[in-house]
Amino acid sequence: MKRRVNQGRSGKQRVLVTPEGIALPVTVAGRGARVGALILDLLIIVMLIIGTSIALMQIAGGAAQIAQAVDGKGAGAQALQFLIVVWIVAMFLFRNAYFLYFELGPRGATPGKRMTGIRIAARDGGRLTAEMVIARNLLRDIEMFLPIPLIAMAGPDNGLAWLAAAGWLAIFLLFPLFNRDALRAGDVIAGSWVLERPKQKLEAAMTTSEAPVAEGFQFRFEDHELAVYGEFELQALERVLREDRTDAVETVYQTIAEKIGRNDGWGAERRFLSDYYTQLRARLEAGMRMGRRKADKHSNS
Amino acid sequence: MNAISNAAIESAALRSDRFRMEREADWQRLENIVVRMEKGRLRGISDEDLLALPGLYRTVASSLSIARETSLDAATLGYLESLVQRAWFVVYGPRSSLWEWLRGFLGGGWSRAVRGIGFEIGIALLVMVAGAVVGWLLVSHDPEWYFALMGREMAGERVPGASAEALRGTIFGNTEKTGMSIFAAQLFSNNAQVSILAFALGFALGIPSLLLLVHNLAGLGAMGWVYWKAGLLLDFAGWISIHGTTELFAILLSGAAGLHVGRAIAFPGNRPVLAATAEAGRRAAVVMVGVVLMLVVAALLEGFARQLVDQTPARLAVGGFMLLAWSAYFFAYRGRAGR
Repeated sequence: MKRRVNQGRSGKQRVLVTPEGIALPVTVAGRGARVGALILDLLIIVMLIIGTSIALMQIAGGAAQIAQAVDGKGAGAQALQFLIVVWIVAMFLFRNAYFLYFELGPRGATPGKRMTGIRIAARDGGRLTAEMVIARNLLRDIEMFLPIPLIAMAGPDNGLAWLAAAGWLAIFLLFPLFNRDALRAGDVIAGSWVLERPKQKLEAAMTTSEAPVAEGFQFRFEDHELAVYGEFELQALERVLREDRTDAVETVYQTIAEKIGRNDGWGAERRFLSDYYTQLRARLEAGMRMGRRKADKHSNS
Repeated sequence: MNAISNAAIESAALRSDRFRMEREADWQRLENIVVRMEKGRLRGISDEDLLALPGLYRTVASSLSIARETSLDAATLGYLESLVQRAWFVVYGPRSSLWEWLRGFLGGGWSRAVRGIGFEIGIALLVMVAGAVVGWLLVSHDPEWYFALMGREMAGERVPGASAEALRGTIFGNTEKTGMSIFAAQLFSNNAQVSILAFALGFALGIPSLLLLVHNLAGLGAMGWVYWKAGLLLDFAGWISIHGTTELFAILLSGAAGLHVGRAIAFPGNRPVLAATAEAGRRAAVVMVGVVLMLVVAALLEGFARQLVDQTPARLAVGGFMLLAWSAYFFAYRGRAGR
């Protein structure tokens, strides 16, 4: 357990406690993935805006002709007004509701986030609520939609204003760079964070696929031969066996054979290792049930 | 689903592998449900599976707890950890549908959140009144201030020293105006963006939110002085109040919501800053959804009602009624007890 907790302190691994009291290791989404997701989302929004505008303009073209035909204040003009209202409302929604709509869905991620394999979650391990999603997205305004046009507007020749806008942008846009969990300002006030979406397949159980116990072990190991290694080495051995690369298997076989002073595994290195793995695991797991754990070869017990 | 026969379980050498094989069917079932939910294919999931989901989640979570204490199979542990996490995302993901949430929101959640930021509403109100007074005083001392506060384009005919006739023309006689709906939509879009900004600025300790309130209200105070000079103060009040009671109330709330967040950052009390901020942020977010709704109402009032209702008493009546309605809803309406 200790090693797991230590891992949690470093890098992007964090431990999150669910309401059931189960500590789950989670991975905070990388900043690259976040930027990628944001760019994808912005592209989608821009495409939506352009698409809607073109579509409405096409319809408006038709309406305008009618308006000309029936002059001034007829149904055509009414329709034209209506279209403009639709356009204004649509633009407001694209700007403000796009992120809300997708993050409130069961997947907790916008299309961009989905493509980069990340999603949002509640930082306290509880339920992700609508209030959180709303709060984190309301702040997008000062993080992005306000400073970017400001900078574009001021231009480099308008020294002071440009500098102010750039500083503004820097504070909020770079906010995720200055805290451990890569929270943006919106995450801070919402109590949310962005995590990597886990994906791991269940691999076959080692002891059935490798060595059907009915045949018995080809190699038997004495207690003192098993006592030299701990959990860390066991898991390294598991990796080697699962990857099953000939050169790695041979190297590990030699290391172990040398350490425990056996040399009867020539020609059947893999079988030697898998038998050793099974018996070592049986020994360590028996110890666990009795409350004794051996983290690695340096620890005693 | 139970692909693992008893014989296979028997043949596993280790107790921990037997443990795993006995439960694998449950894990796989949960994974199947979770995968389908992650892909957004909710309709493909049978009711039976949906009902089983929370139970399966707890089963697998307890499997993980046991495995951590009894198994050294890194692959199984890794798989269980990721499966529990994915199931956790689904089980504790955004649950309530939009309608359900909206019902809770209108049926008490909104007014409760507004009462929760009562202190900040008081401050914001003081600041707004002060802003209006300052605007009035500044312009009464030196009319040139008017253009600093309003901007020449926005002022139009409403300039200091304009004739009463011209000023009267700006507030009456627009019933025949076309394009009211466009005007209303634009008003809404602009005002909503400004109020979201006022809220978001709360992140900078709330001070910019207050500045924004002062600036907006100073303009209003300045305009008030211009109309007062022409003896049209009451008409101006009617012209503003028909939508202004709603709109200014919404702006007041958004400023207060921003201030609420800023206060939590600056003075978190004895909680961690992040926890205090998150709580304040969520309450303020609820207020802000309400603000957007209020601004829709305000835009309709400003775009249509102000043009169509052309008399001061009627305008004052509408504005006063809206103010009363909002106040009653926020401060008197308790909604359904608890949620």
